[in-house]
Amino acid sequence: MAILGPILGRLLKAAITLLAIAILNFFLIHAAPGDPAAVIAGEAGAADEQMIADLRAQFGLDQPFYVQLARYVGNVVTLDLGYSFRQGAPVLDLILDRLPATLLLTLTAFGISLVGGIAMGVAASARVGKIGDSLLTGFALLFYATPLYWAALMAVLVFSVNLGWLPGFGYETVGANYTGLTRMWDILSHLVLPASTLGLFFMAVYMRMTRASMLEVGQQDFVKTARAKGLADPIIRRRHILRNALLPVVTLAGLQAGQLVGGAVLTETVFAWPGIGRLMFESLAARDYNTILGVFLVSAAMVIVFNIITDIVYRLIDPRIGHKA
Amino acid sequence: MTSPTLSIERLTIDLPAGADRQFAVHKCSYQILKGEILCVVGESGSGKSMTANALMGLLPSGVKVGAGRAMFGGKDILRLSEGDQRAMRGDRVAMIFQEPMTALNPLMRIGDQIAEVFAAHKRHSPAQRRARALELITEVGLPDPAKIIRAYPFQLSGGQRQRAMIAMALALEPELLIADEPTTALDVTTQAQILKLILDLRDRRGMAVMFITHDFGVVEEIADRVIVMRHGQIVEAGTAADVLQDPQHDYTKALLNAIPSGHVPQSAPVTNAPALQIKSLNKVYRTGGGFMKPPREVRAIDDISLTIAKGEVLGLVGESGSGKSTLGRAVVRLVTPDSGQILVGGTDMAALNDADLRAARHKVQMVFQDPYASLNPRHKIMRALTDGPIAKGVSKADAQARARELMEIVGLGAEAVDRFPHEFSGGQRQRIGIARALAMDPELIIADEAVSALDVSIQAQVLNLLRDLRARMNLSILFITHDLRVAAQLCDRIAVMQKGKLVEIGQTSEVFLRPQHGYTQKLLAAVPGGDWGKTG
Repeated sequence: MAILGPILGRLLKAAITLLAIAILNFFLIHAAPGDPAAVIAGEAGAADEQMIADLRAQFGLDQPFYVQLARYVGNVVTLDLGYSFRQGAPVLDLILDRLPATLLLTLTAFGISLVGGIAMGVAASARVGKIGDSLLTGFALLFYATPLYWAALMAVLVFSVNLGWLPGFGYETVGANYTGLTRMWDILSHLVLPASTLGLFFMAVYMRMTRASMLEVGQQDFVKTARAKGLADPIIRRRHILRNALLPVVTLAGLQAGQLVGGAVLTETVFAWPGIGRLMFESLAARDYNTILGVFLVSAAMVIVFNIITDIVYRLIDPRIGHKA
Repeated sequence: MTSPTLSIERLTIDLPAGADRQFAVHKCSYQILKGEILCVVGESGSGKSMTANALMGLLPSGVKVGAGRAMFGGKDILRLSEGDQRAMRGDRVAMIFQEPMTALNPLMRIGDQIAEVFAAHKRHSPAQRRARALELITEVGLPDPAKIIRAYPFQLSGGQRQRAMIAMALALEPELLIADEPTTALDVTTQAQILKLILDLRDRRGMAVMFITHDFGVVEEIADRVIVMRHGQIVEAGTAADVLQDPQHDYTKALLNAIPSGHVPQSAPVTNAPALQIKSLNKVYRTGGGFMKPPREVRAIDDISLTIAKGEVLGLVGESGSGKSTLGRAVVRLVTPDSGQILVGGTDMAALNDADLRAARHKVQMVFQDPYASLNPRHKIMRALTDGPIAKGVSKADAQARARELMEIVGLGAEAVDRFPHEFSGGQRQRIGIARALAMDPELIIADEAVSALDVSIQAQVLNLLRDLRARMNLSILFITHDLRVAAQLCDRIAVMQKGKLVEIGQTSEVFLRPQHGYTQKLLAAVPGGDWGKTG
């Protein structure tokens, strides 16, 4: 298939980019005041010269610079992201432990915002200038202007504290030991509030963009052609206008998708959601360098992965891409 | 006598309040018989397209049918419900548009866009729709139908896209085909092919055709009957032969006179020193290419040498993609050639570095095709005319005095410098474009399709201006155009380009009356209404 060639090229570039990020990581470690051995020794509380020297030998910090670099890159390539002395566990395990929760939250929010935003945008553009359009645009402006943390707190206050409909924090009911469907249902009910607060802002962005894009594409010549064929308006809107109008929305969605791992720090903190964002926040507060760098590397890898996915989606929607002569 | 397919009776279309006139179309009555091609001719703003849009129920918002009827198949199609109108569109009345490049959905395959017409009117099964689409693609003469049906619009040329549009319009065998300037955006040879296709289809299917155009050459080629419209009213109607040979109304006469005629001026040989010398110029565009496949090469300028004498107008003629615009842009160094020399008054423009180029730029000035897009809408004309000279080192007072003088010369009056571009019409803006070029005292002016976007009567005025200026100021002009008639009117010599190569160059009369190269002969033969132009 014609789509595979460019994707292979992209994967090659992605590998090179990741390598560059790993090397940048390495320099970041070395740019931090004191070397990791001193940091660890400092964290341990009691350290003498001998212990630091031992630690240096243990971590290979007494080796020449290039040997250290090669070793670090080698570690990254073999997925060894180091050990978190704070948490007492390998960084990779910590991240893999938190990743599903974060992806569940951010992907759900992403889905809500994309589907809701596009649907609202299409609905508004079909009623442009009428009351429905004004209402939808007004709602979008409201979501857009509301700070995320405020919306999150209000959501907890209203739906959890006052109405008691939904749990206000956490990933699942602690100590309930649900299994199977009951557990899934429990997690879902915990998911509703954080996912919708996180999704609202981007829903507003997608709505506005879809609406503007639909109106612009609606002016183009081929839409008149479609009408001259005798097609009904809903079909013209879906088949001719929407597909062309989606192109800028996909671009924006690709940018947002890059934030899926690292972009939920605030939401995770407010809702006590055990995801990567909180891991990063905690590690920052605790100066847990290995973990921070691990999260950094994984986030970067995710950005690259979603970029490639965006590229594929773009190629699927727009046949002209990759054919430009 | 056959009954009319369409009968329009005292049709009036209202423009929204605040428009420059009250009616787009005012009390127009005419008929189109079965199997007849009626040409509706007029300049931009004459209301000729509005009638077509009204018939299709596709009037822009704010524009409404005020009075009158359009009887089609026993019903007044202007008064149908939206649903009935939609059922009629694409089925019994079909329409093709001017811009084939934008009239197709870029994200849909050609076959799907044709099959969609059947789906819209609930005809055939999906498999039959596809088979019919394939037949239609074959019928309109597209090459390799099995491949075209799966192609996207961007993979087709302009002429091929227009054929695809026609295939779509013909899908349900309409009784009336409305063609709104369908060949205006096409090259002459492609235009000739599309006109022939429409004639063939009319003969084969016996449908009525309403053909909207501004080009009397096309009228001569295709029309059975003609109506001429001006300011929303019909000023003349009759058979094509009558209107073309014996126009009654002054406006029709003016329009016909304004057409660059086939009478070829006998140009005197030019013996002056050269204003421009191009020596073995080359420019190759490489695109695509990657990893496995070799890059695609387009030789836009392929070893071209030519000379323009001082005071000479050289016409550079060719179809789109021939490289004529690239050559023009290379002379101003908007494009840097790969090899060769461009000598303007002894300076090799091709070899200058950036700083020297800036200093030398004033020697060659361009007049562009689109008079709307080539002036900054937020700058007054004075600024457009003085920015260049001031940058060149002329004092502000001198530059402003010269600007006023130039506005007088191009016939707009000195006071016009204090106005903004939007206050002028297209033809007036093109005059400003010419004044702007002259403000730099260039040794050479490059006019790239400078009159192509203008109506014929305006076109004639701008050509007159250029002719006049050239005689008064001894201008040297490289006049790039796709329109052979225009070239014949103004140019001393004609150079014909095809696929980056200069295939023929010579005295205008020689090239027109005794073309040597096969391609030039083909181009001349394709000019619509060529015979009539020579005799009329």
